[in-house]
Amino acid sequence: MTELTDLYQEVILDHGKRPRNFGPLEGATASAEGLNPLCGDHLVLQVKVAGGKVEEARFTGTGCAISRASASVMTGLVKGKTAAEVDAMFSTFHALVTEGPGAHSDLAALGKLAVFGGVHEFPTRVKCASLAWHTLRSALHGGGATTTE
Amino acid sequence: MTTVGTLAPARPAPFDVAARRAEFPALDQQVYGKPLVYLDSAATAQKPRAVIDAISRFYERDNANVHRGVHALSERATKAYEGARATVARFINAEVREVVFVRGATEAVNLVAQTFGRQRVQAGDEIVVTTLEHHSNIVPWQLLAAAQGAKVVPAPIDDAGDLDLPGLERLLGPRVKLLAVTQVSNALGTVTPIEAVVALARARGIPVLVDGAQGVPHLGVDVRALGADFYVFSGHKLYGPTGIGVLWARREHLEAMPPWQGGGDMIRSVTFERTTWNDVPYKFEAGTPDIAGAVGLAAAIDYLGAIGLPAIAAHEAAVLREAEAALRAVPGVRLIGTPRARAGVISFLVGDIHPHDLATIVDRQGVAIRAGHHCAQPVMQRFGLAATARASFALYSTSGDVEALVRALHAAIKVFA
Repeated sequence: MTELTDLYQEVILDHGKRPRNFGPLEGATASAEGLNPLCGDHLVLQVKVAGGKVEEARFTGTGCAISRASASVMTGLVKGKTAAEVDAMFSTFHALVTEGPGAHSDLAALGKLAVFGGVHEFPTRVKCASLAWHTLRSALHGGGATTTE
Repeated sequence: MTTVGTLAPARPAPFDVAARRAEFPALDQQVYGKPLVYLDSAATAQKPRAVIDAISRFYERDNANVHRGVHALSERATKAYEGARATVARFINAEVREVVFVRGATEAVNLVAQTFGRQRVQAGDEIVVTTLEHHSNIVPWQLLAAAQGAKVVPAPIDDAGDLDLPGLERLLGPRVKLLAVTQVSNALGTVTPIEAVVALARARGIPVLVDGAQGVPHLGVDVRALGADFYVFSGHKLYGPTGIGVLWARREHLEAMPPWQGGGDMIRSVTFERTTWNDVPYKFEAGTPDIAGAVGLAAAIDYLGAIGLPAIAAHEAAVLREAEAALRAVPGVRLIGTPRARAGVISFLVGDIHPHDLATIVDRQGVAIRAGHHCAQPVMQRFGLAATARASFALYSTSGDVEALVRALHAAIKVFA
């Protein structure tokens, strides 16, 4: 059961049940749709980018606790970040969910992302955790040219 | 106690599930330190020792290519392969020549769509498929419809997950050139009134393809009595190996259908001027077939025959009833699909726990269930869902499996409390 409690940490359960930044975003400058064809989970991510930085990010859709918690935590963390900074955070996150916290020399740098340290024990759930990130990057890069002011 | 002197009706030998279970090596293992409880047989069934041994024996002793060699091994391999075809034919009450070996039910549907379908379906025509269908009995028809300028029309189901027969009947107009319907829904467990459906279509001269992938392991089939035009199933859901399946079609259809794939074995003679086709069913079996797969499938059918499908069906029905009652007693459980007749499958939700989270948690208790849309997204859409949890049962399922599932669900509820 310890692996399960690693995966379903209190923070994840809380964000899964009461996701932050959930709902449509007024005045969004870019958006993208994420779909997990394996399970039919579906997520729409909207961002407001100003001055090259994410001013706000919100999401809607259906998903499991892991994917909702991931979207919830992520949309909080990326505020004020540039697309390049978001990419760097994603690399850190991706290494964490595929390889585990052992791969990180500097655990403190993970910050809030550390709660996803249990995902790597569940290879079938990596996609759940990554869906929001892929969708955000698609919104930021796909719409990049039209969103900068 | 029985009364001396009365003639009791002959009763089949009692079904000994412990003995049957012991014949499935994969069931005898632990996962995450817990005994495996395999409730995903609708995805693929585990294989009895008899099947595994038949495949090994074929490769150890008889392996050779079929239909061409004159040497001893080729003769044995051909005999084994054609013997398997005869076994399948007896099992479904078909003519041997009407049994085409394919990779699985999916390939069989595609074969029919791309041969029979291309001949019969033209611009403006309609193909009716039910809302219960697996994607494999929808997408090949969509491909055909797109190529021919035809339309795929979905037949409705009701809130219980049963086919809406009057609704289906209304759709069977003059433009309908084919009806595709499943015997049992893989997502809900609905047993469709397949004889009634076939009768409706045949009364209007509409050919019917029946997807037996989920049905045949639980109900069997008598294709002569059923009166459909095509019946397809996969070996691996019938306790046989993956990679082998069956297309049954009426002989007159097979004779009239063009070949699907070209290659060796499907021809009579090849010249650059003119190539002629082999007889049915070989016309549809280009290339070296899955010989060992056919041998394994025949072993599975022999295994089931020795136990008796009625005994299996009675046992499975009892376990399903137990499972349904036990699930209903778990707080927050909602069954998705409450059909009049059910086989093999129960789909459900637990409170607002996402099925994927549920499946992950019960997996760590050793319980294997499926979570997702079950390759039947139209069914999910009908119920306004993205996914369900699905427990599916087979001849080796027990009351103990049901109890383990319920215990595991309680563990999941605790995590999300």
